[in-house]
Amino acid sequence: MKQCYLIIDIARCEDCNNCSLACKDEHVGNQWKGYTAAQPLHGHRWINVARHERGQFPIIDVAYRPTPCMQCQDAPCEANSRGAITRRSDGVLLIDPGKARGRRDLVESCPYHAIFWNEESQLPQKCTLCAHLLDNGWAAPRCVQACPTGALQFQRLEPAEMSALASARKLRPLHPELATNPRVFYANLHRFDRCFIAATVAARRNGRDECVAGARVVLLRDGSPCAETTTDPFGDFKFDALEPNTAGYEIHVYSGDQPAVTSPVPQLEKSISLGTLWIAAVETVS
Amino acid sequence: MSMAKIQLATVLATLEKLLRLAAWRYPEFKARLQQKDFSAEIKLRDDSCGRCFQFKQGKVTSKSGVHPADVTMAFQNAEVALRLLKPDRSQLEFLHAAKNFQMEVQGPDELTIWLAETLNMLLTLGSQYGVDAGQGVKRYTTNTNGGPVFVYVKDGKILRITPIEFDAEDAEPWSIRAHGKTFTPPRKTTISSHTLAWKSMVYSPDRLLYPMKRVDFDPNGERNPQNRGISGYERITWEEALDLVAGEIQRVKRDHGPGAIMNGSGSHHTWGALGYWLSARIRFFNTIGSTVIAHNPDSWEGWYWGAAHHWGQSARNGGGETYGTVEDLLKNAEMIVFWSSDPESTSGVYGAHEGTIRRQWLKDLGIPLVHIDPYYNHTAAWLGGKWMAPRPGTDSAMVLAIAHEWITEKLYDEEYVSLRTHGFEKWRDYILGKEDGIAKTPEWQEAETGVPAKDVRALAREWGGKKTYLAAGGINGFGAACRTATGTDWARGMVCLMAMQGLGKPGVNIGCLQQGTPVDTRFYFPGYSEGGFSGDLAGTALAMNLFQKMPQLPTMNTVQQVVPRLKIPEAIVDGECEGYPTDPRTIEGQFFKFRYPSPGHSRVKLYYKYGGSHFGTMTNTNRFVNMYQTDKLECVVNQSIWFEGEAKFADVILPACTNFERWDISEFANCGGYIHHAFTQCNHRVAVMQHKCIEPLGESRSDFQIFLELAKRLGVGANFSEGSTELDWCKRYFEATDLVHQVSWKKFLKKGYFVLPAPSEALRDPVSFRWFAEGRAKDTPELPPLPGDYSGQFRMGLQTQTGKLEFESSSLKRFDPDDPERQPILKYVPAWEGTHARELFAKFPLYLVSPHPRFTFHTQSDGKDSTINDVKDHRVLVDGHYYWVVRINSRDAAERGIAEGSLVKVFNDRGAVICAAQLTERVPPGIVHSYESSAVYDPVGEPGKSPDRGGCINLLTPSRMMIGKSHGMAACSCLVQAEAWQPAMEVAQ
Repeated sequence: MKQCYLIIDIARCEDCNNCSLACKDEHVGNQWKGYTAAQPLHGHRWINVARHERGQFPIIDVAYRPTPCMQCQDAPCEANSRGAITRRSDGVLLIDPGKARGRRDLVESCPYHAIFWNEESQLPQKCTLCAHLLDNGWAAPRCVQACPTGALQFQRLEPAEMSALASARKLRPLHPELATNPRVFYANLHRFDRCFIAATVAARRNGRDECVAGARVVLLRDGSPCAETTTDPFGDFKFDALEPNTAGYEIHVYSGDQPAVTSPVPQLEKSISLGTLWIAAVETVS
Repeated sequence: MSMAKIQLATVLATLEKLLRLAAWRYPEFKARLQQKDFSAEIKLRDDSCGRCFQFKQGKVTSKSGVHPADVTMAFQNAEVALRLLKPDRSQLEFLHAAKNFQMEVQGPDELTIWLAETLNMLLTLGSQYGVDAGQGVKRYTTNTNGGPVFVYVKDGKILRITPIEFDAEDAEPWSIRAHGKTFTPPRKTTISSHTLAWKSMVYSPDRLLYPMKRVDFDPNGERNPQNRGISGYERITWEEALDLVAGEIQRVKRDHGPGAIMNGSGSHHTWGALGYWLSARIRFFNTIGSTVIAHNPDSWEGWYWGAAHHWGQSARNGGGETYGTVEDLLKNAEMIVFWSSDPESTSGVYGAHEGTIRRQWLKDLGIPLVHIDPYYNHTAAWLGGKWMAPRPGTDSAMVLAIAHEWITEKLYDEEYVSLRTHGFEKWRDYILGKEDGIAKTPEWQEAETGVPAKDVRALAREWGGKKTYLAAGGINGFGAACRTATGTDWARGMVCLMAMQGLGKPGVNIGCLQQGTPVDTRFYFPGYSEGGFSGDLAGTALAMNLFQKMPQLPTMNTVQQVVPRLKIPEAIVDGECEGYPTDPRTIEGQFFKFRYPSPGHSRVKLYYKYGGSHFGTMTNTNRFVNMYQTDKLECVVNQSIWFEGEAKFADVILPACTNFERWDISEFANCGGYIHHAFTQCNHRVAVMQHKCIEPLGESRSDFQIFLELAKRLGVGANFSEGSTELDWCKRYFEATDLVHQVSWKKFLKKGYFVLPAPSEALRDPVSFRWFAEGRAKDTPELPPLPGDYSGQFRMGLQTQTGKLEFESSSLKRFDPDDPERQPILKYVPAWEGTHARELFAKFPLYLVSPHPRFTFHTQSDGKDSTINDVKDHRVLVDGHYYWVVRINSRDAAERGIAEGSLVKVFNDRGAVICAAQLTERVPPGIVHSYESSAVYDPVGEPGKSPDRGGCINLLTPSRMMIGKSHGMAACSCLVQAEAWQPAMEVAQ
């Protein structure tokens, strides 16, 4: 049977928060019987937009990751719920307000921190994928409808179709090591969980500082080349999607066939902007 | 008896039957008739024909002949009466008859207006509006500052607010083909984040639900002005409130003379062409006569006071036209330079995420991008590209260095410069150092901007070698850089750089896909700044078109006294000030210095403020706080939706409702006037009937109703409303637009929106300035400049004296060629608040930039306990209080012991604001960033003299005019210091 999936492209998210605000609009003050009690006005983030900056001024990037309930196939919350959390045939996990009252432990059971405690109603609560709307003919949950960039996509697919799509689009679940089999997949997750090495290549020519465009730059790991790029018109280059906490990197910037400058790279605890790499002066005839 | 008189007698007799029939058929009309017991005589002036109507306990009876009555409606003759009593009568004929006393109404306003409205109701009874959404839910429509919406309502309560998804009968969108790809926008509207917070704002606990009076304010005794902002409020009835305010209006006029009443609003209001700040409000205050608060062009500043002198465009406050630029950019541009441009944060203005969809196409096309902004803004973060971060207020040094490289490397369009521009040689010589011995090289600018010379050199080469669009501001004519001490210079520089590159040639223009979509610009639907029903021919764009299309009584303010908005505190406290006008008619309109008080006018004694925004949006705003506590203001009235900001400093508070609770009509992102055709920000033109979705909360009332009730007490009710209700005015507005040729009123009212069809490719607008680049007559669809502003043939050339792009400004040469702050050619003048202000910089070593905010529309969506408070990049919850965010470089934070999310006191000699720190690399060391426009003012001690934990960043910004001969704010030139703040310190303060 077709299952409900969310596909979230981090490169398309610009932190407009329309998803989380649409969620509040739908759920604050509205009780959807058979689906969920009302969300409190503040504090809950049923879809939580996380921020992640990489690099150091002036070469940085910033990414945002909308993080809803993962609707896990092997959901720890469901396993711990003693029937208070149930899965629909389309895969949507729902918390039963009747059975879950007082069950604060369910908040702790979610490794993605996607369940929130409603102090007033003494309920654990989370994203329902707007199942009350889907069941009434809506094409997508409110967060997807409100997203201006298509960063959020709602899909109803057979699990095999989803697997094929995930491999075709290089989609990954968040924290696969938790082994919960999420139904939320991410594109460009490297913006959150991988590192970059970046720098600017410059030279002093005719007494003036110049950016060096089009220079060949090679990334070596333990002495062997592992990636190559060229500098852009501002002399900048970036090697991305590197595993964090790896080491042994070195940068070689070429001028012709010979490395004009080499730079060791510290262990990649986080993304690194190496600053400006100066290559030897090249005097040109003006 | 003449035939006409016989007809009239028949019409009047029929009228009684019509009224009775309507009451039998429509319960709302039956209820209406139960409101008043009185008699009304409708007759001819010479008493030769008439009928007297008796309204009693919901019943209508009538008898022929002339009888004494509470209300008399008298017509000059039977022909006039018959013309005006027709159901489809011409409003123009009606107004004409009234103005020429061919029709006179006598009686108390309360009854005459009730009668007129009741007779008008006969025409709209039984109107259906909204669409049944099943399960007892009705789907209405309204429009907001962040896009039009569906509003789902059940049992009189708003259930949800969503974007409008088009149905099968709505028009198809346009497509643009570029580089082998076809780009088509989706068939829906987008909305801003703050629009999604509207439900929480409507039901906010900060809503004002009944009129209030400050407890120690006694209009007949002690007024205790020193306690404004301190003493609390008590509930009063509407009768008491309206009597008090109407009484004070009459008292100050009687005691002090013209000018004693001052009215001002924020820059914005809840959306709607009739209810916006340029319509109902102006109609009322023109009608009673009041001192006007002149708005500085707060989003344009440098463009208006600077750029206009190089390229005209005065009608757009110095910003530029943008027609056809979306298609031109996608097809022809090879690079975009975003300079102080963050459309993803500001939505252009009112543009929701319409431009977002188009900018996403830039990723598909791989067009290289550069972002010049002290803050790595959201557009940069989302789209990527090269980031350069000049110190605030130094941008013009970078401009000069770029021009220097273009000159020395011959990377500019020499033919264009020779044919289409004026005064280049003089500017060139200055740049090369022939005037002052200093060549304005990239190395020279580095000392000012902090941007490496090599980066500027590379930028100049890329830009000079590629067809480049310059995104100057989030829409053309905006940008935080135009609100610095050198804002005029930055904006002038933007025009001068484009003049060197051939503005208007394919792929060479100003824009960032935010404006210039190929929608139908020739379809008339007026925007809000066309004045709605203001009747104001001087202060709005009403005279251009709407005044003819929607005939209405003109209104003229009899008080010729103006206070510049940025100097309201000086006007009140010092009793005098001067300013320069925002007059977009001509380039020279801004030169006419005015003084307050005006000759023979009273100083302001009664301040009637509309909304509460100034603490968060003006500059050095402790001045405004302190102003409220002076006894020079005898009475302060605030008409506001929420209890926030300045509303807490009033003597009398009148609770207004939101636009979800009243009727209005409007178009998506259409302001008109100073952003003519602003709807080209949208992917689809969408006209919206703004349904009254729910009843006003509590005792709140629409602005229209509040003004009408006051007007009735002053005997000018008919002048204010013309006997039309809000819904009547919506219909009159609808009939003024070209919508009448596309859709019936009945259908529009029911469905709530209409999507205007996109024109065929052959009918798309030409690209802006293409005509100019090619030396042809102007062929873009905007009326300005005015005919008299052309030096040559009409429509040939620009508004400047030479008709060309002027590197050396003729208007500045004529006005004041020796003004060191604004010389005829753009020169580098260091900002008066920045590193060159050495003593100040030593004390306050951090630059604070405070652009327009991302998650609140001015102050509209902030505070109010709205859901926006939960947005992490907007406010941060610390110890039960939502603090405004300040962004600080990690290194600066470490030096000061400031941690992520911790509280920080940001301060200078003007004040202190407690914020929550966001540690980031998105600002370089030495610069901090925090948006302006907090709605919340929450001093920890005495108001005006203690740190604010509400987040009014503008407490810190300078009140000095950006240049002396302007009324322009330099809010983004602001030096501060920051230190860790412990809540315990509140006690010490």
